[in-house]
Amino acid sequence: MIQKFADWLVFSVFGLSVDTSLGVAVNFFFYDTIKIIILLFVISFVMGIINAYFPVERLRNYLTTHKLYGLQYFAAALFGAVTPFCSCSSVPLFIGFVKGGIPLGVTFTFLISSPLVSEVAVAMFLGSFGVKVTLVYLISGMVLSIIGGFVLGKLRLENYLTEWVKSLQQQSTANNDVWQTENTSFAKRLPTIAIESWGVVKGVFIYIIIGIAIGAAMHGYIPEGFFEQYLSSDSWWSVPLAVILAAPIYANAAGVVPIVEVFVAKGIPLGTAIAFMMSVITLSIPEATMLKKVMTWKLIGIFFGVVTLFIILSGYVFNLVM
Amino acid sequence: MEIKVLGPGCAKCKTAYNVVEKVIKENNVNATLVKIDDIMEIMNYNIMSTPAIIIDGEIKIKGRTPSEKEVKELLGL
Repeated sequence: MIQKFADWLVFSVFGLSVDTSLGVAVNFFFYDTIKIIILLFVISFVMGIINAYFPVERLRNYLTTHKLYGLQYFAAALFGAVTPFCSCSSVPLFIGFVKGGIPLGVTFTFLISSPLVSEVAVAMFLGSFGVKVTLVYLISGMVLSIIGGFVLGKLRLENYLTEWVKSLQQQSTANNDVWQTENTSFAKRLPTIAIESWGVVKGVFIYIIIGIAIGAAMHGYIPEGFFEQYLSSDSWWSVPLAVILAAPIYANAAGVVPIVEVFVAKGIPLGTAIAFMMSVITLSIPEATMLKKVMTWKLIGIFFGVVTLFIILSGYVFNLVM
Repeated sequence: MEIKVLGPGCAKCKTAYNVVEKVIKENNVNATLVKIDDIMEIMNYNIMSTPAIIIDGEIKIKGRTPSEKEVKELLGL
C-alpha cells in the first residue's frame, strides 16, 4: 500500500520516470520514510505500554527479592529491551541495581541490552531489512547482552567501581524499601504514551530523513555488487575493522540503518553490517563519559573491550549463517 | 510547596525543568523550584529513571517529560 502510494506520488504526481536513477531514488526515499515513521510510532507506542506496566523499579524489586538461578540475566536482557534508553539514564539505573545488591554481571547485561535492543533500532531494522533480519538482530542482541554480562560478572570487577559506588554496594541490602513507582492510572497514561511515542518519532525524524536521503541517493546511483570487490565475507578482517571503526561513533540507529541497508544491497555482507550497527549503537564516547561517574577507566575499558569482542564474534557468526 | 526536578542534564531533563518553571511562572504558584543534577544526590532519592519530579517529598513523575497540563494537575491548578 505504501509502495503504491510512493509509486503514485513519484511517477504520476511528480512525473518522474521509473527508468531513471532519479526516479528510483526519489521513490525509494518516500517509500522508506513513510514506512519507517509508521513502524517507529507503533513500536514506541507498544513499548511505552509495556513500560507503563513493568517499570524498571519493578524489575529491580523482583531481582532483589528472588533467587532466579541464572534466569536473572535473561530477565535483565528482556527488561533492557523494553526500557527506553538515553545515555544519561544509564548511571541512575546502574546505581539503582548496585544499591539493591544485584550482581554486577546482571547489571551489565541490562546496560548492554538497553541501548542495543531499542524501539528505534527495531523499527529501523524492520523497515529496512524485514522480519527475518530483525529477529536475528533481536535474538542475537539479547544473547550478546546475556553472555557479555555473564562473562563480565565472572571477572570480579567490583574493585574497579569508583569509591562511592563501592560504599553503596557494601551498604546494599536485598530487602530494603520497595522503590516507589509512579501512581498514575493506565487510562490517564495512554495519551501520554502516545505523545511520547510521537516525541520519539519527532526526535529522530531529521536523522531518518538525512539517513534515508543519503541511502536513496546511493541506492539510485551505486551499481549492484559495487562493494563486493572491496569487502567480501572472505576477508577475515572486515568484521573487526567495521566494529572498531564504529565504536567511537555516536549515531542514532535512525540515521545509520538506511545507509547500511544500501551498503548491504550493494554487496557488503549482512553480518558485517549488523556488527557495525551494534557497535555504533552500544559503544560511544558520550556513554563512556557518563559511565566514568560510576566506573574507573579500567572498568570502562574492560566493559567496552568485552562487548566489542562479542560483537565481532557475532558478526562472524552472522556471515556464516546468512 | 517544594518542587524538585531531578536529572543529570540530558535534553529530557532540561525540558522537564523548563515545563515546570513555565507553569509556576504563568500561574504565580507559590513554590520553590530546585534543580538537582548531581548524580550522587539524585541517587539519595532512590530514582532509577530520570527526569523525575518530586513535589513535597513525593515522587510524581519519573523517567519522562510531563506536559504542561499534567504539571498543572499535579500542582492542583
